[in-house]
Amino acid sequence: MKIVVCVKHVPDLQADRRFTDDGRVDREGVDGTLNELDENAVEAALRLVEAAGGEVIALTMGPDDAEDAVRRALQMGAHRAVRVTDDALAGSDAFATAAVLAAAVRRLADDGPVDLVVTGMAALDGLMSVVPTLLAAHLDLPQLTLAAELSVADGVVRVRRDLDHVTEVLEAPLPALVSVTDQANEARYPAFAGIMAARKAQVPVWSLADLGLDPAAVGGAAARTRVLEASPRPPREGVVITDTGDGGRRLAAFLAENGLLA
Amino acid sequence: MTAPTAPVLAVVEHHDGRPRASALELLTAGRALGPVHAVWLGDPPDDAGPLAAHGAAVVHVVPVPTPEAGLPASVAAALAGLAEATGADVVLLASGFGAKEVAARLAHATGAALMVDASAVERDGEGRVVTTQQAFAASWTLRSAAQVGRAVVTLRSNAVRATPAETPGAAEVRVAAPARPADPRVRVVERTARPASDRPDVGEADVVVVGGRGTQGDFSPVEDLADALGGAVGATRDVTDEGWQPHDVMVGQTGVTISPRLYVGAGVSGAVHHRGGMQASGTIVAVNTDPDAPIFEFADFGVVGDLAEVLPQAAAEIRRLRGQA
Repeated sequence: MKIVVCVKHVPDLQADRRFTDDGRVDREGVDGTLNELDENAVEAALRLVEAAGGEVIALTMGPDDAEDAVRRALQMGAHRAVRVTDDALAGSDAFATAAVLAAAVRRLADDGPVDLVVTGMAALDGLMSVVPTLLAAHLDLPQLTLAAELSVADGVVRVRRDLDHVTEVLEAPLPALVSVTDQANEARYPAFAGIMAARKAQVPVWSLADLGLDPAAVGGAAARTRVLEASPRPPREGVVITDTGDGGRRLAAFLAENGLLA
Repeated sequence: MTAPTAPVLAVVEHHDGRPRASALELLTAGRALGPVHAVWLGDPPDDAGPLAAHGAAVVHVVPVPTPEAGLPASVAAALAGLAEATGADVVLLASGFGAKEVAARLAHATGAALMVDASAVERDGEGRVVTTQQAFAASWTLRSAAQVGRAVVTLRSNAVRATPAETPGAAEVRVAAPARPADPRVRVVERTARPASDRPDVGEADVVVVGGRGTQGDFSPVEDLADALGGAVGATRDVTDEGWQPHDVMVGQTGVTISPRLYVGAGVSGAVHHRGGMQASGTIVAVNTDPDAPIFEFADFGVVGDLAEVLPQAAAEIRRLRGQA
């Protein structure tokens, strides 16, 4: 089985995340890391290949630092990795991102068909959670998103997904696209051998030209939305009291004073 | 420039034949943007009255004859057809993981702008759709404008308060073409509605009391306070991982994202994963034994104390103040 896992390099959750003056996520002044939810995607892909044979290819799009994301996937056990980058990609929206990833997946199929595309459920920077859906649309693959459980047998992939009010079990023949939630598995820590292998691995870099994509169709100028304003929210000016026996009554009084018992 | 008469489609969610709270919020938000039409997926409503009261001029009923016809791609195709037929330039949906998939497919199919998890939506002087969104665990606020003529927007619950329209809508019921399976390769093996709790739904409630690790698994004080406030019960990831509460009440960036008028966190530390799902709440109250818990850094009112003592006392006092004791 040939599996492509799409991963993203995102600002570290513990860092002081911010936007640049032109309303883009600041990816340079803030430490980045592999999107934690993509570790579940890598893990899911590795388990499938460990059971059925094949290879896992980690794919990312982003500037130089984004190589860290695929390198982490290599450390976990991915067999090879590719990074797409191009100056024209800066400011790309979800539609352009999906178009670029789709073109890269198609190119990865040049040396043999891709059976499964796996992604995480969301990237923890934008939290839009729409690229998996758009990618399935671009690639015209059956979409089995938000898998809390995932299995493949006899060329059929089956997932269980929990939506807001319903639980579904879906099935589709391969090839397909799956996104997995953080309930799907517990991602492994890289082993020493994986770390050593990842250090030696070469990560090819593809440009828009390599993928035959028009630079005018991606990037900030082609985005369907534009950020008008990004501002840090002023800190809340809260009161903290220590319970000396009447903490509950004081809490109730606070709610009453603020019209929250109406 | 958008013609001011282009309708706005509000995809209203419902349960047992009645609109969910989010449905009336969407209609309230939608009618500020233009003539609002409700889109009702499935069997027709028992009573279109609440939709009319909140301004729906038309109720488009889209039958969903098979489980496959209810999948995101199928629903999106039906909505694309309806947007085309009505000339709607805005489609509103209630935020949620399933709704975001529908929204993404719909925007992909129609070339529309996609704006998810908005906390406000308006038109600027030129008729463009402008949304407000929270980012980075609600530590930033963004305003974004659609750059194309059509927009698909998912609105967070409680972003607007549902209010009846000054002039009710006609709520003329029109049955549209049924949704059809968009992808014959995908089969729904099983679809089970999860049982609803007796309390309000955590994703929709305007008051949510969340219990964290500090409950040590005993949720009775949390439930007692939630009931006194008429609110929902939520939990942190730690709690659902321990199996103390079901996964569907997990509040956090990979669970339910909430923005109630009042959030109370009991025994909740306030780790970034949880903050991502609740920090846009109106008023934040915290009770925790640890004075250094991060949640106190962004709480409007905090009590350093034992939740097993503070919560029951607060619940009793609230009932007394409300004349229920």
